[in-house]
Amino acid sequence: MSDAALLRIEALRVSFRTPEGPGTAVDGVDLAVAAGETLGVVGESGCGKSVTALAVLGLLAVPPARIETGTIRFDGRDLLRLGEEERRRIRGREIAMIFQEPMTSLNPVLPIGRQVAEPLRVHLGLTEAEAREAAAGWLEKVKIPAARRRLADYPHQLSGGMRQRVMIAMAMVCRPRLLIADEPTTALDVTIQAQILSLMRDLKEETGTALLLITHNLGVVAQMAARVLVMYAGQVVEEAPVAALFEEPFHPYTQGLLRSIPVLGGRAGGAKTRLAEIPGLVPAITERIAGCRFAGRCPHAFALCREDPPALWAIGPGRRARCWLHLHPERRRHHG
Amino acid sequence: MGPPGLFPMLRYVLIKFATLVLLLILVSLTVFAVLFVLPGDPAQIILGIHATPESLARLRAELGLDRPFFTQYADWVGNLLLGRSALSIHYKMPVFELVASRLAVTGPLALLAMLFAVAFAVPLGIYAARHQNRPQDLAVMAFTQVGLATPEFWLGILLVLLFSVELNWFAAGGFPGWAADPLGSLKALLLPAFALGIIRAAILARLTRSSMLDVLREDYIRTARAKGLRERTVIYVHALRNALIPVLTILGLQLGQLLAGAIIIENVFFLPGLGRLVFTAIGMRDLPVVRDVVLLMAAAVVFVNFLVDLAYAAVDPRIELH
Ligand SMILES: Nc1ncnc2c1ncn2[C@@H]1O[C@H](COP(=O)(O)OP(=O)(O)OP(=O)(O)O)[C@@H](O)[C@H]1O
Ligand SMILES: [Mg+2]
Repeated sequence: MSDAALLRIEALRVSFRTPEGPGTAVDGVDLAVAAGETLGVVGESGCGKSVTALAVLGLLAVPPARIETGTIRFDGRDLLRLGEEERRRIRGREIAMIFQEPMTSLNPVLPIGRQVAEPLRVHLGLTEAEAREAAAGWLEKVKIPAARRRLADYPHQLSGGMRQRVMIAMAMVCRPRLLIADEPTTALDVTIQAQILSLMRDLKEETGTALLLITHNLGVVAQMAARVLVMYAGQVVEEAPVAALFEEPFHPYTQGLLRSIPVLGGRAGGAKTRLAEIPGLVPAITERIAGCRFAGRCPHAFALCREDPPALWAIGPGRRARCWLHLHPERRRHHG
Repeated sequence: MGPPGLFPMLRYVLIKFATLVLLLILVSLTVFAVLFVLPGDPAQIILGIHATPESLARLRAELGLDRPFFTQYADWVGNLLLGRSALSIHYKMPVFELVASRLAVTGPLALLAMLFAVAFAVPLGIYAARHQNRPQDLAVMAFTQVGLATPEFWLGILLVLLFSVELNWFAAGGFPGWAADPLGSLKALLLPAFALGIIRAAILARLTRSSMLDVLREDYIRTARAKGLRERTVIYVHALRNALIPVLTILGLQLGQLLAGAIIIENVFFLPGLGRLVFTAIGMRDLPVVRDVVLLMAAAVVFVNFLVDLAYAAVDPRIELH
């Protein structure tokens, strides 16, 4: 992929001011999403998935956040060099986002019809009546029963699944070229999860929107994405086509993730899943680590791992991994 | 599901109204009981210290002061409800007339003060919240801290010294009367209303700020930004409506303090308002006046809080009306 990519993030580093001193939440992330493609991003809680997504939209609060280095190119434009007004025009129109918590992500004091119509009014300059009509159409598209009569409803009158449908309608009204979905189903019941995922797949097919799907659930990725990126402690540790990743995970962390994969669509996970198969904890963002960030929890770690940070090497077609085992394959046999 | 029907709304209003009536009964009982047990015999005051015991007894019987507590209470409330005014002992005129003329001063004074308070507090609170922990915010916080610590009579005196004595923009007090000089009357209320309002503004601004900060952290604000809304829309449409809900509550409660403040400020500015009236009436042991005015003030507070409850239902759709 040269710059056929719709979104290309390079060497993105984001730090936060915390009471324990500065911490690096995202540390040199590279990723690319082609037009119309679905890229899955997985990783444990706190690995920097949301921060990366928010950086793309320019929604990180500065301070405490700070974008230290990197570029975020969208359709050829370097987003980090645009002014606030230009970025605002991209948000909701070309790049839209839906969030994990449907219960709190809608404004409690505004009718949902109005909330869905808002992007149309601000970006496309539709009149109130036109925007309302289009909003009703989108609420039907996301399969809200009796959509037209729901326009005046307030969020508290809807169930969690319905609210997430409203969020999806709101994100899609301007037909964005990229949709970022940050754990869109984590807070929902199993059956509802499946419905929402299939709705997203249908809409994606219909509109040709590219999808950056963030989740901690590899099962969701398997259903939705063609390519997947595994993050650990602020870094990309592995990237692969989905089938290849499931067949032959390279990074010990990915292997652990696969062993602890929650039941497909299962709720049991929640955002705070501890990986039973990988003992130990994710390092805090303020921690200084000399070698590989995963070394402390890795069953294969050897001296080099604790001294030198590995690079993200290309290990095969469309595959990259950040692991010293790439240069020392024999060690996998010793400990594997 | 569906928009809240008329029935739940009606029930909500009825429940709130029943609460209002109950509160008014309790308030009137309390006012009556407190003044009942307080020392100071109106008959003695009317007749002076040289009155004979017989004439005192006669006057007490005439005023109904010799009857049991509940009879007197029922009498009082009954007459109020029937619109029959008692006579002021000191002013020798119907209390209602007295109150009406004074209310024409205190009412607009309180309203103006509230307007000043809100007009300063809400924009200031929003401004501080948007610049949290930056110099602008610290300035607002320091300014409101001073406001919190300033007694309104002292601020009133300062204002008089500056605007009346030094600059000669306003009269130093007094009130020409609405009929005689409407504009002059309004002008006479500006300084005292400002003094009253700006003190209330201090606490309201802090409240608006903290409420706004809470709301700005909410997920739905992030959603609003993710939609590409203008910052103006995010703040004034998505955040403010939510942030004002707690401010509204305190605004209702502030009215009580405002009326208490009015008693003092009316004395500083020589305004013939309810505050001055009750102040003088207490000094004169003018029981009928004190009783009615204190009840009116308490009832005003209770009533405004009833209005706040209704406003709540209009602002916050989640008040599920039961
Ligand atoms: N405002 C903030 N201040 C300080 N640290 C922050 C802030 N926001 C995020 N972080 C830190 O940045 C790291 C990455 O957070 P992020 O929200 O991106 O994780 P995530 O991968 O989305 O996890 P989850 O699955 O829980 O959503 C975390 O360690 C978090 O504590
Ligand atoms: Mg997250």
